[in-house]
Amino acid sequence: MEAVRTNELGLRRDEWLERMKLFGLGSPAILLILVILVIPVGWLFYVSFIGADGTFSLENYERMLKRKSYARIFQTTFEVSFLTTGLCILIGYPLAYFIAGLPNRIANLCLITVLLPFWTSLLVRTYAWLVLLQKRGLVNEWAISLGLWDEPIKIVHNMTGTLIGMVHIMLPFLILPVYGAMKAIDRDLMKAASNLGASPRRAFWTVFFPLTLPGLFAGSLMVFILCLGFFVTPAVLGGGKVIMVSMKIVSNIELFVNWGAASALGVVLLVSTMVILWIASRFLNLEKMTGGGH
Amino acid sequence: MTSRTNEALPISVKNVTKTYGPVHALNDVSLEVQSGEFLTLLGPSGSGKTTLLMVLAGFTRPDCGSLKFGDREVIRTPPHLRDVGMTFQSYALFPHMTVAGNVGYPLKLRKVPKPEIAARVEAALDTVQLGGFGDRRIDQLSGGQRQRVAVARAIVFEPRILLMDEPLSALDKKLRDQMQIELRHLHEKLGMTTVYVTHDQREALTMSDRIAVVNHGRIMQLATPRDLYERPANRFVADFIGESTFLPVSRQGDTVLFDGTPLLHDSPPPEAASLLLMVRPERVVLSREGPREGVNNFAATATEVVYQGDSFLLHAALADGAQIVLRGAMRGANVTALPAVGDALTLCLAPEDTVLIDGSEA
Ligand SMILES: Nc1ncnc2c1ncn2[C@@H]1O[C@H](COP(=O)(O)OP(=O)(O)OP(=O)(O)O)[C@@H](O)[C@H]1O
Ligand SMILES: [Mg+2]
Repeated sequence: MEAVRTNELGLRRDEWLERMKLFGLGSPAILLILVILVIPVGWLFYVSFIGADGTFSLENYERMLKRKSYARIFQTTFEVSFLTTGLCILIGYPLAYFIAGLPNRIANLCLITVLLPFWTSLLVRTYAWLVLLQKRGLVNEWAISLGLWDEPIKIVHNMTGTLIGMVHIMLPFLILPVYGAMKAIDRDLMKAASNLGASPRRAFWTVFFPLTLPGLFAGSLMVFILCLGFFVTPAVLGGGKVIMVSMKIVSNIELFVNWGAASALGVVLLVSTMVILWIASRFLNLEKMTGGGH
Repeated sequence: MTSRTNEALPISVKNVTKTYGPVHALNDVSLEVQSGEFLTLLGPSGSGKTTLLMVLAGFTRPDCGSLKFGDREVIRTPPHLRDVGMTFQSYALFPHMTVAGNVGYPLKLRKVPKPEIAARVEAALDTVQLGGFGDRRIDQLSGGQRQRVAVARAIVFEPRILLMDEPLSALDKKLRDQMQIELRHLHEKLGMTTVYVTHDQREALTMSDRIAVVNHGRIMQLATPRDLYERPANRFVADFIGESTFLPVSRQGDTVLFDGTPLLHDSPPPEAASLLLMVRPERVVLSREGPREGVNNFAATATEVVYQGDSFLLHAALADGAQIVLRGAMRGANVTALPAVGDALTLCLAPEDTVLIDGSEA
């Protein structure tokens, strides 16, 4: 009896030791996150509450509420992000579907092609779009010679150009998780659906699509959040007409050297992103609860 | 289940061939399944059973051939318009739906009113002994439970043709025996033409009206379980069903000789160049009092004796070295003493149990 008691204590100690070891393994990462994330973000919050005179004040936030231009900037940011995400879904989902239906070897080749843009820098790709889309650019000239339109039209230095560039850059982030989800679907499921009487369209909407939703959610979320903080592409292709939060932050610092205002913008962007993440994660959990996630 | 309003349909398969590169998954298969019949495809792994079922369901497009349900040619009809129920070897249950969602799916597609769906789903689940499981998620089920949900989903819309690909393979023996009887009853009640795939010969013999033995994409024999077992058409079938041993025999005019001795046999030997004597273990009798009258006697030496509880297996070598296996019941003298290895024995085979088959490899 006594020996059994001792064992119990020993076993509990072992378990505690095991946990501590695991914690030990994780501690460098925890430290790193603390140093590069928690402290700077804390600093960001702190700075955003410091006014021009160097004392605590809410003026940075008040300014944001009062000035119409800020509201418009946030509106533009969310608009660009929503539109980019939506376009990525519209283009990326069918593309992923197409690739997932190909024989494995060709599918792999296609995926590499999808990833190819990652091999060149963001800046290069963005400027390439500028060259292609400008008034005397390739796109306009071809369209005119093909008779699609007569006069060169403005497809860059505006919303259209920004969206074209952003969608191009974000597409792989959507395609990859969606493709993964599609590949994970057992082919027999679609056969079963059609055997039970579902037309191909019905089978797609009642079986295939719901099973790709977790991947689609993950991809869309990634694209959306990356868009919210995007800088280079809207700055180059928007031509000053598409002003996003990130660009306002830069001008606050570079033009006005107003760290407080810039920080406040950062905080609002961060908080709204987190709110979106939180809402989205509830959707994702819902998906798991219905058995869609694996 | 509601009573059936529509009749079962006969299935007619004619000259269907399906190749995958050099592999003939189906090689000129012709098969008539009568309406309301329970027909089993039995064959070793890779013999083409699933492929034939997939052709019937419309998922595999054969290279050539014809397929009729009743009078209707369906070889080019897409799967969703064929109206056949099917269970898949991989179950193929929808993971994003509950058990009830899965079983109700075909009814929803057929626009059955909601209350009726609920009732029919529950009835179907009761049939497979999963009453009350409707709200479970698929990943909360065991393998055997999943198979039964698959069966429920295939029968709930009362198709006129039901295809089942090894629906009971994941069940333990007791539940499998129970489900075999359950499926048989269901078949009798609903009367749908059923094509059933298995590689378990006992299951095939138990459940089927007729069995088609398949090998290398060809139907080797199509017969009732009894005929298949008693009168196999060729060596493959004889070998695949039961645990026969084969002895080479020769023909001399009207008599058949084994080791120079004429054999007594009731049924005539097939017209074939080479003949084999098929010996079923349970048909051989061990004689303790030497050769008997009116039967074929074989002198043999016991080489191995295996006790198996309800019976024993005896391997014996004949004079020319050929092996015979005998299965005897554990009762009477056998309980007291089994033959020992090395004993000289007499094995008897009655004329009605002396079955001669075509010995050419087909
Ligand atoms: N999609 C395919 N591509 C290439 N070969 C295939 C394909 N499907 C089946 N085959 C081949 O066709 C033959 C028959 O396969 P099938 O699945 O019909 O066998 P089965 O009798 O159902 O076997 P099991 O009892 O193992 O399920 C096999 O040799 C298999 O390798
Ligand atoms: Mg199979």
